Amino acid sequence: MKGNEAVAEAAIRAGCDGYFGYPITPQSEIMEYLMAVKPYETTGMVVLQAESEVASINMLYGGAGTGKMVMTSSSSPGISLMQEGISYMAGAELPALIVNVVRGGPGLGTIQPSQADYFQAVKGGGHGDYKMIVLAPASVQEMADFAKLGFTLAFKYRTPVMILSDGAIGQMMEKVDLFDPIPRRTDAELIAQCPWAATGKPKDRDHIIITSLDLDPAGQERVNLKLQAKYRQIEKDEVRYEMISCDDAEYIFVAFGLSARICQKSMDLARAKGIKVGLFRPISLYPFPTNQIAELAKKVKGMLVVEMNAGQMIEDVRLSAGCSVKIEHYGRFGGIIPAPDEVVRALEKQIIGG
Amino acid sequence: MEEQFAKLDIRKDENIVYKRTDLLVDRPLSYCPGCGHGVVHRILMETLEEMGIQDKTIGVSPVGCSVLAYDFMNIDMLGAAHGRAPALATAIKRMWPDLYVFTYQGDGDLAAIGTAETIHACNRGEHFVMIFINNGIYGMTGGQMAPTTLPNMRSSTSPYGRDTNIMGYPLKMTELVAQLPGTYYVTRQAVHTPSNVRKTKKAIRKAFENEKNNTGISFIEVVSNCNSGWKMTPVQSNKWMEDNMFPFFPLGDIKVDGKLVEQKELVVKE
Repeated sequence: MKGNEAVAEAAIRAGCDGYFGYPITPQSEIMEYLMAVKPYETTGMVVLQAESEVASINMLYGGAGTGKMVMTSSSSPGISLMQEGISYMAGAELPALIVNVVRGGPGLGTIQPSQADYFQAVKGGGHGDYKMIVLAPASVQEMADFAKLGFTLAFKYRTPVMILSDGAIGQMMEKVDLFDPIPRRTDAELIAQCPWAATGKPKDRDHIIITSLDLDPAGQERVNLKLQAKYRQIEKDEVRYEMISCDDAEYIFVAFGLSARICQKSMDLARAKGIKVGLFRPISLYPFPTNQIAELAKKVKGMLVVEMNAGQMIEDVRLSAGCSVKIEHYGRFGGIIPAPDEVVRALEKQIIGG
Repeated sequence: MEEQFAKLDIRKDENIVYKRTDLLVDRPLSYCPGCGHGVVHRILMETLEEMGIQDKTIGVSPVGCSVLAYDFMNIDMLGAAHGRAPALATAIKRMWPDLYVFTYQGDGDLAAIGTAETIHACNRGEHFVMIFINNGIYGMTGGQMAPTTLPNMRSSTSPYGRDTNIMGYPLKMTELVAQLPGTYYVTRQAVHTPSNVRKTKKAIRKAFENEKNNTGISFIEVVSNCNSGWKMTPVQSNKWMEDNMFPFFPLGDIKVDGKLVEQKELVVKE
């Protein structure tokens, strides 16, 4: 199935309570799939086409504030429109899953795949000091797996989680091993699991207020300190990455998502030429695998960061590795996907020869 | 001593004609003295108490003067981003169909930045109650021109009066949503006199009774004064409201039981 369909089917199976979205290429199959399979008749999951991305994200805020397991999906320009709502959800500590099937920008850009939304995703994106857990799938299988993982992390940390995919992963067809459906929580289970959620005030508890507002500076600083403590915990416990052929490697490709798949092929081509190169793939872009990159940087002669953007993740790679090793960037953008052999040439020119 | 007081205490059930509702939190309101918000808060909470649905109601507050409404209403509430209350309420009601849901918004929130959310929630026929406080001005930010500021009315961003050639016309949101098939009950009320308060409370009750029957949106506009923003005393502002706001925003039912009561003119009279 397609990556977009896989994430939709996985959301139903993960016990999602509601999807709210707005059509935009290249991710419209997500809502189309949901409307076609009608989970509202089987699991009871609500699916609603909203009037805009702004409305979609605020529907998520409303649903999440009542403890429901909610998701939306969009592509770059639509995700930009959602930034205010994501910031509110981070501030109010609400769980939600947001899928960004990235296309080339800036502006209306192109409908072709890109990784140019890395900064927006990992640095927060909206206003205020906040972070989102960001998972980068490199296959249709991971589109499905990360939907389930995303919901788990969102509720574990009460934070919005983003799947940062791209137009190619969303549109490509691959075999998927789907997990068994998990039943949606009953209202009673939800209330027991989410005592923080607004579900109707019984006589014996105080009323619950879901808000990101605290007009008292001392109070708002406490909110920020609490958020930062949560982010430190996430950085400690939720780093995910994959290392391929790094043990004997003299050089390393660092790439996420689709770029990592291309680099896997580039790695084979380079190794056939006798160049000992490995691949480091950050899976969680936030939290970033800082320590692992730092360790790796001590052992190798150089790193090439391959991204479908003008150089975004390379900043985090350099911050992680320090000045200990040569680190360069190779990127194509605007919807162009780099070919495996051009990546090898870039490695030879920028790192080995440079 | 206490015994004596107990004897003197006339607060017996049969003597009580009015009692403060427990659904209002016992703390000072953040509203200016003379403002209509406090009255609407009270009759809204009284209605929920009388219907016995405190534990089954979720409110959504806006950004504006009533941003802190959740501090005063003793029910579970969510504070929405500016203009987005109907989007929150849509999701809540769809995923909690057995709960009562209402939004509470001002004119800047509902009729300017949130126009799309308002119209689409009404047009989809969501099953919740929308309460719209219209005082023709942005009160909290200091008296700027609102979508409902009257022609020639002064505000801090229309200091020489609203020139409709430059600034456009006030928006009659209530007449507008009444045209949509998803609204079931649309009315415009006020809370500046006891009789108006009673009428508004009746309208609120009707709206929540409608919600019980999943009829679609019940939309209640309350034309209110803003004595601070209008730079008047509360008494002056109520008089001004009667003389100037009511001719443009006439009180009364616009749509009842899904049927338009009368076609209101959408043309501005200057």
